[in-house]
Amino acid sequence: MSKNLRFKSSKQVDETYRISFKFNNKTYYGYKGDTLASALLANDIHLVGRSFKYHRPRGIMTAGSEEPNAIIQLHDNTSRTEPNVRATEIEIYEGLVASSQNCWPSVNFDIGGINNILSPILPAGFYYKTFMWPKSFWEKYEYFIRKSAGLGKSPKEADPDIYEHKYIHCDVLIIGAGISGIMAAKISAKNGLKTLLVDEKSFLGGSTIYDNSEFSKINNQITSSWLEKEINEISKLENLEIKTRTSVAAFHGYNFLLARENLTDHLPIDQRENKIRHRLLKIRAKKVISATGAIERPLIFDNNDRPGILLSSAIKKYIDLYGVACGENNILFTNNDTAYETALSMVQRGIKVNAIIDNREDIDSKLSYEAEKNNIRIFKGYTVVDTYGYKRINGLSIMELSKDGQKVIGKKIRLSCDSLGVSGGWTPAVHLFTQSGGKLKFREDDQVFIPNKYPSDQLSIGSCNGDFSLEEITTNTVSSVKKFLNVNNTDYKTFEIITGINKSKRNIWLLPSDKILGKTKSFVDFQNDATAKDIKLALREGFRSIEHVKRYTTTGMGTDQGKLGNMHALGIISETAGTKMGEHGTTTFRPPYTPLTFGTIVGRNVGEFFDIIRRTPIHDWHVENNAKFENVGQWKRAWYYPKANENMHQAVQRESKAARDCAGILDASTLGKIDIQGTDASEFLNRVYTNAWSKLAIGKCRYGLMLNEDGMVYDDGVTTRLDENHYIMTTTTGGAANVLGKLEDYLQTEWPELDVYLSSVTDHYATISVCGPHSKKIISKVIPDLDFSDEKFPHMSFKNTKIGQVKCRVMRISFTGEQSYEINIQSNYGKSVWEKCMEEGKDFNITPYGTETMHLLRAEKGFIIVGQDTDATMTPIDLQMDWIVSKKKYDFIGKRSLYRSDTIKDDRKQLVGLLTENPEEVLEEGAQIVADIKKSPIEMLGHVTSSYYSPNLNKSIALGVVKGGKKMIGQKLIIPMENKNINVTVADPVFLDKEGERLNAKL
Amino acid sequence: MFLINCPFCGEREQSEFKAGGEAHIKRPKQPTELSDDEWAEFLFMRKNIKGVQFERWNHAHGCRKWFNIVRDTSNDQIKAVYKMGEKPPVK
Ligand SMILES: [Zn+2]
Repeated sequence: MSKNLRFKSSKQVDETYRISFKFNNKTYYGYKGDTLASALLANDIHLVGRSFKYHRPRGIMTAGSEEPNAIIQLHDNTSRTEPNVRATEIEIYEGLVASSQNCWPSVNFDIGGINNILSPILPAGFYYKTFMWPKSFWEKYEYFIRKSAGLGKSPKEADPDIYEHKYIHCDVLIIGAGISGIMAAKISAKNGLKTLLVDEKSFLGGSTIYDNSEFSKINNQITSSWLEKEINEISKLENLEIKTRTSVAAFHGYNFLLARENLTDHLPIDQRENKIRHRLLKIRAKKVISATGAIERPLIFDNNDRPGILLSSAIKKYIDLYGVACGENNILFTNNDTAYETALSMVQRGIKVNAIIDNREDIDSKLSYEAEKNNIRIFKGYTVVDTYGYKRINGLSIMELSKDGQKVIGKKIRLSCDSLGVSGGWTPAVHLFTQSGGKLKFREDDQVFIPNKYPSDQLSIGSCNGDFSLEEITTNTVSSVKKFLNVNNTDYKTFEIITGINKSKRNIWLLPSDKILGKTKSFVDFQNDATAKDIKLALREGFRSIEHVKRYTTTGMGTDQGKLGNMHALGIISETAGTKMGEHGTTTFRPPYTPLTFGTIVGRNVGEFFDIIRRTPIHDWHVENNAKFENVGQWKRAWYYPKANENMHQAVQRESKAARDCAGILDASTLGKIDIQGTDASEFLNRVYTNAWSKLAIGKCRYGLMLNEDGMVYDDGVTTRLDENHYIMTTTTGGAANVLGKLEDYLQTEWPELDVYLSSVTDHYATISVCGPHSKKIISKVIPDLDFSDEKFPHMSFKNTKIGQVKCRVMRISFTGEQSYEINIQSNYGKSVWEKCMEEGKDFNITPYGTETMHLLRAEKGFIIVGQDTDATMTPIDLQMDWIVSKKKYDFIGKRSLYRSDTIKDDRKQLVGLLTENPEEVLEEGAQIVADIKKSPIEMLGHVTSSYYSPNLNKSIALGVVKGGKKMIGQKLIIPMENKNINVTVADPVFLDKEGERLNAKL
Repeated sequence: MFLINCPFCGEREQSEFKAGGEAHIKRPKQPTELSDDEWAEFLFMRKNIKGVQFERWNHAHGCRKWFNIVRDTSNDQIKAVYKMGEKPPVK
């Protein structure tokens, strides 16, 4: 590169530390302290991407987080690859690899560029209008559009970086470390308040820190030097914590804020090992001070988007902070004084300023005279009407503005340039303020929205509050912060300010052109390619609310949330509709202020920490014995235990047969267990279950069904009376926490007079269930001292006993229909007792079985699983479980709902058994059930809820819910599948041992 | 995320709590005496006000106690917190 665009002795850049990096596969050099944008500009590279819709060449436009165009993909093809990174924010490091995004196949030759030529037929809403209808068209276009639109590539491998979350509590949070933020921090911390100051940049001082002009002084010192001293002083304050590279993403109610602290993105990859990349700070601040500054506005004119067109303030920053010129032949285009500061910065460095185009006719400020003195041509009362150059601006033409600013008049003058700086004045950065619920007001003088009503204990200061002059900033910051923090003492007395700026401004939202609007491309939203023409079209088509116009034209919908152009959109709408600014609403800014990575959001909650994993005390045994696991809520439950080459089906068939022919053993520890005590425990159970409980004898167990107040089945399980005032309730595995919550709710809010206490003891006990015709022999060997005779220990009863020295409870209850015993023992003994059962059962072919076999065995018996055979629309009557609903009890939860007009209908879906015509055919769970397939549309009668091949019955069995199913026993129905119709017969849901003889079976 | 001043534990973050819908809806003492319409009124009808609302909350990840709050749904300001069975301290 022959051009020398880098100047010596800049503040930010360390010229002794050269860094090489790759952009679009070419190697370049920059210095430590450079952003990718400043380093590219120093290499005379402006073209970095293509626009989203028209694929127009786009360059770096800003020098901050508001950047709409210079969006790049970082770290090509590695697990760290990251799309949508703003080149203006990323600090370069040795080995950085970046490439253009939004272009295919390359930034210099882009297929989507054809959209630019087709743009007359790509107006606002084009994608909505064309591709959403007819639907089949969208399917055809989608691939091409998605590929050529390109929103970057997401990584294909797991993120190698570490992220974390941290809570911070402070008295005062100050957002933004520009001049006003620094002053506020000093006042706050020096008055003993615990203060946190954050700034998104790597350095403190905001734009004032490079305000080196002779025309800007505070108390006789150059402004930047004055501020440097302030920064030096506050960095020693004890009460003050300063975090740089920390951007506030969200400002929620109650002064709860989220900020991202960036810790390693500026380091070479090899130095990031084992370090936390981003830290999400969850900040609770008693008081919040926003000092978020202002964002310069672009100007809206034809072809205002070419590479080489930047914000005037960005050009100044690249010169003063990074020592980089954006061009060798510069033009500035402005409606206010700040562009003259940029011009003078260039002059100071010997960079050529060809001309300044100023909308204003009368200009009267020290800066403008200084510019004239330096032989810069100033075109007063002029506007740019067009620009030239495809991949880089090479010239522009200007015309004189009419008195009212609505038209251009006179002759067109053409000027040449390789860089154009634009300044449309400043917009206070009120994004976080509005996120917090703050309301804005419009200030007519300089056409800005500023904070009006604070929704929480917060304050806005500096230019985000509409104070743009050095005088206003210094004086108002001190007085308002003192008042806000309720403090009297500050180090600040009076300020002597010298400034060259005059506040005059000529605001024209959409600059006139010699062409008709339809022929212009005046971009309002650069990232989403929304033009002034699009906004006017939206208004013509009847949209009025800014939120509607925004969605229709996609203005402000990009990753930059329209930080540059939203004001112009509002301005154009109000001008066109003839309404006041803000009358159609201001757009709402939503979190995050700048995009967050997913890593930051999830923090440490990845991999095994993503969700809690609960394991039973016997888990290790299942692992050692080759169990496959299934997730049931947070639990890992043994699903089945394949032997050798068995598949799931084979294993489940073997386990199911063994449980009925010999013995099976199941780890039931995950079932919810609630300990219930108190003198009103029986009364309480009476009210929460559908059946009667007061007469249950001590030592007996009973199955109970729990409803919601709407009469629908909520949970089920066996509850045992341990003592006069002591019960243990079991719940379904998934329902445990909710059942406890529901019971607590009733106890605390509806029936506080009841003397009942609930404790969750799910994790306290391991539960081992041994079933099958040999179960009694096995369990007698495990607990030899206990009398297991049917007389002493009948079905549905329980005994307190001991295994060795350890107390345990044994219940004789059955979910399989087999004779069955359940040992409940302190969790840490669970595995050894399980192993003892295995040992004693060896001679009886004791077979461990998992949840799949458990489900099959209970389905043979027609026992329901709440949540599988029921959803929240099944009453006990629908389940053919009328027997469990007490007729005598005056009340229980859900009772009244069982005879609402809706719940007594005959044609409700009811639980039935289903038998296939071909006994080998196993139905699919969830399959639809119909009667008549010739009718159109086919009436859906219900669906299959459980389906298995039963090895004990040697046929396929299924449960399902069918409209009016109770009365359809024996009737033929059809299950229509993709390739066939399966004929089924409605049957009783109990397929095996309806009489319950197996519960006492002897071998 | 707002802060709730649990009457038993003190100020805690909203994420520790579970909302339980409108407060002061008493379960009828004699449901069987009610008509379908009267029962439906209790079962289904809930207010959803923009403005001041009386709500039940449960400190689910704390003391597990239920209590009531008075919240302005338009700005999440909590005007009062009071225990079950107590009269609301504000209107
Ligand atoms: Zn609590």
